[in-house]
Amino acid sequence: MTLLITVFAAVISTAVWYKGMPKDEMKTGILCWLYWGASIMWFVDAIFEYGELHAAYFTPAPEDLLNDTFLGLAVVALGLIIWVVRLLVTDPKGVIRGALFHKDTKSAQHSRS
Amino acid sequence: MACFLVPTAEAVVTSLVTKAEEAKEQKAPARKREDSSIAVKIPFSRKLHWLNRLLAGGAVLLAFEHLWHGEVVPWFPFLTAASDLADTAVMLHEMSTVGVTMAVLVTAVWGVMCVVADSMARRENEAAELQTEGTAK
Repeated sequence: MTLLITVFAAVISTAVWYKGMPKDEMKTGILCWLYWGASIMWFVDAIFEYGELHAAYFTPAPEDLLNDTFLGLAVVALGLIIWVVRLLVTDPKGVIRGALFHKDTKSAQHSRS
Repeated sequence: MACFLVPTAEAVVTSLVTKAEEAKEQKAPARKREDSSIAVKIPFSRKLHWLNRLLAGGAVLLAFEHLWHGEVVPWFPFLTAASDLADTAVMLHEMSTVGVTMAVLVTAVWGVMCVVADSMARRENEAAELQTEGTAK
């Protein structure tokens, strides 16, 4: 379940990144690397687990399934936290700088042009 | 148990190689960099960045999974399996099988990415060449 949730997160973040290119102002590329990297690694984990459990791998106990779902959601949340922290620190649109120094980013852009 | 340590180690090595490669590319003479036969070329350091991000990104989320399962703890020796000799043997076996396979598969995916990106760049160059030939005629 963790693998499935991470793969969905990877596909969605890739679609969002593709839509935002070439500007990529929201810096969504980092989400793609995080989720795809983890998906590949969990895929290997799944292969080894399948090698041990065989068909039982696809019929997990409800308790395990619930725990794996929570883990998958927590992993997605952690990825999003890493992304938002990086976004605020790099501040590609100058929003944080504008708020800190009371600058209107739109008027600043107008005055520059 | 600690399979994420193998991709983490690879990420550390590749980040060092990336730094060295970047320095080498910056030192390369400008004429060589602007090779006329290759108009669009993806620098190797950029490709290594992709591998770094894949490895580091995956390793961070996997480390969180190990923390979730109580296999990684914030106190010494940080890995619960490291406190017992029998568990350590199991952990090392898992690292050498699952961990190594993880690192190999991520590297293989990256290799495919590089091949695809290079073929796209080659096609871009061919299209540009045809366009310049057309305008010259």
